[in-house]
Amino acid sequence: MTDATQFGTTYATVQRQFKTRRLTAYAIPVLLLVYLSYLFLSFDIPGLAARARMDNAKILLSDFVAYKTHVTRDNRTDKLSVSIEGEAKATFAPNQYPAWVKTDGDTTTIDLGKDNIVTYDANGARYNVPGYGLIDIQPEGGKLKLTAPQPIPDWINVTDTRISVTTPQGRFAYSRSKVETFKYQPGWALFFFTLDSQFYGKSYGQLTAMLGGERIDPARSNLSYMASEFWHNKQWHHGDVAWALFETVLMAFLGTMGAALIALPLAFLAASNFTPIRTVRFAFRRLFDFVRGVDGLIWTIILSRAFGPGPMTGALAILLTDSGTFGKTFSEALENIDEKQVEGIRSTGAGPLQRARFGVLPQIAPILLSQVLYYLESNTRSATVIGAIVGGGIGLLLTQAIITQKDWEDVAYYMILIVLMVMAMDSLSGWLRRKLIGR
Amino acid sequence: MVDITFGPEPGKRPDLTNPTEAYIHLSRRKRLYGFILLILFVALMASGFQVAQDRNAGDFLSGLHQLPAFPAEVLSEAWTNRANLPALLWQYLPSLIETINIAAAATLLGGAFGACLALGSTRHLARFPLLTPLFRRSADIMRAIPEIVIALVLIFILGGGPVPAVLAIAFHTAGALGKLFSESAENADLKPVEGLASTGASWSQQIWLGIIPQVAPNWLSYALLRFEINIRASAILGFVGSGGIGYDLKLAMQWGGGKYDQVVAIFALLFCAIVVFDQLSGYARNRLVKGQ
Repeated sequence: MTDATQFGTTYATVQRQFKTRRLTAYAIPVLLLVYLSYLFLSFDIPGLAARARMDNAKILLSDFVAYKTHVTRDNRTDKLSVSIEGEAKATFAPNQYPAWVKTDGDTTTIDLGKDNIVTYDANGARYNVPGYGLIDIQPEGGKLKLTAPQPIPDWINVTDTRISVTTPQGRFAYSRSKVETFKYQPGWALFFFTLDSQFYGKSYGQLTAMLGGERIDPARSNLSYMASEFWHNKQWHHGDVAWALFETVLMAFLGTMGAALIALPLAFLAASNFTPIRTVRFAFRRLFDFVRGVDGLIWTIILSRAFGPGPMTGALAILLTDSGTFGKTFSEALENIDEKQVEGIRSTGAGPLQRARFGVLPQIAPILLSQVLYYLESNTRSATVIGAIVGGGIGLLLTQAIITQKDWEDVAYYMILIVLMVMAMDSLSGWLRRKLIGR
Repeated sequence: MVDITFGPEPGKRPDLTNPTEAYIHLSRRKRLYGFILLILFVALMASGFQVAQDRNAGDFLSGLHQLPAFPAEVLSEAWTNRANLPALLWQYLPSLIETINIAAAATLLGGAFGACLALGSTRHLARFPLLTPLFRRSADIMRAIPEIVIALVLIFILGGGPVPAVLAIAFHTAGALGKLFSESAENADLKPVEGLASTGASWSQQIWLGIIPQVAPNWLSYALLRFEINIRASAILGFVGSGGIGYDLKLAMQWGGGKYDQVVAIFALLFCAIVVFDQLSGYARNRLVKGQ
């Protein structure tokens, strides 16, 4: 009889538990779905398609992997200029035009590849598109006269004052003031040497041969000349970028190590087995919580008011935020130590400092080091973001390049460098961890 | 032949006939190395600090005097306008909710994607074992990219608003969680999987019924920890880019004096949100991992 009632209650409990389980198994996905649909509306996802600028995406992606060269003729002065991305400081001198631009008196022939030939001459300009025919443009009495096979396709845009042609090989535009052709080529232009450099346009073989050859600048070897031309590249500023990367790593290093140095002694004051006075312990714990809770963003803002923009401000912001985090984890590690070792040291007549040095530190050193090394890597990433706010390091360069909205090749370059930097710091901290802790 | 039984160089062998001497010698050398490392570390810190200070606009010591000036200015102005504070807190609450929503959406999205990455990169579990290095590398790269990089690029394409921030944080979260998830999945017991396989369960059934129940507490606790981090990240992204309370903070800061009561309201909201969510998630994580 008692067995049966017992069985009955157990059965009922199990049934009830199963029921709750089944209910939660359905309730969680439903709740998630409700939340997601709320987000869908609150983030205005349906309106996203209207706001998205796919043409911007196209510009960005093509700029990441390619560059364009402008061949421009001023129709009033008949002056020809060939430049990369239309920038004044990347304009070719007349004797170094690329091989696909040929000049002969008034006539300029541009070979866009795949038999697409553009010709500028005294009468106007012509674009020969294979498979379509000849597009001939001549200015007549202030207007542009277009002769091309009918009907005019939609990749030719015609108005009274401007005619533009877009083909897979490049773009061509004729207006009264000037005629322009854009040729797209893969890669990043002028990455190694700028146009005014002696080494521009040389192949790797030629450059290697020059290493042993006659000195271009008698004062220094060709190798050091080459290195300095590369380092001081006026388009890519490799030297400044390297400095910015160093600054970012420096911010992370100073911030992390400084935070660990400050947090270590304070952690003793917040650990229950080292500080018997409750109020002191409580005060330090709340201090850590406060510093952590205020968050790096707010610290960064407050500190940059006092110290001005720069890497030191960033380092201090990281230091403040992380000393809270370290204080908390270190004091937890201190509370979990084995008291026997400290007892052993005490039995030899050691003072408090010696007990801490020989009884406590060896126990918490692995936890401490692995925490610090993990944060060193993670802070390299934070330092990029903080750099964008305080104005230091690679974060600043990145935001500046993005704000111009045209130097996307720089953005791609910085992105690659940032990823490499973070991965390098990751492997460095992993290597140090293995060396110092042995796992 | 070289007799290697006695060590490579006879000179460096400790003299075992006198163990005390050998021990003292060894510990002295260890102490010397430690000392050299310490000197090196201190020198690095000092010179690094000097470099950072030289590149900084303001000096450390003179800045230290000015440090309390800004908070004092802000607080005193907010104190004179303290009657506005409740209204301002109410006014900025929707922005705070947006910031938290950004973090939550990014954690959900990144967590789901991170779980896929983790299952793809865990040995013994991967559907396509040959592709594990690929999944691992991609998780590493996703982890290495700071949120701000993706956010700023996406703002250019998608315009302002919360979506670029969500995608940027989710991208990084997927990489970070992918690694952590895969580490805990690697420690999972494979016997349930074998049992399920013997009954003819498909790969997805093996994972869903054999692995997920084992790793769910760990995965959830990692995801909660990420959620805490993501709230902070979403506030920072708002300040640099768009959306949420960070953006309001930037606007109020740019205005300067006269709107400091707004700055204080935003600081207070952000601080409370961070502390509350830290406590909540800490409590939940404790329950998940330790049982109660």
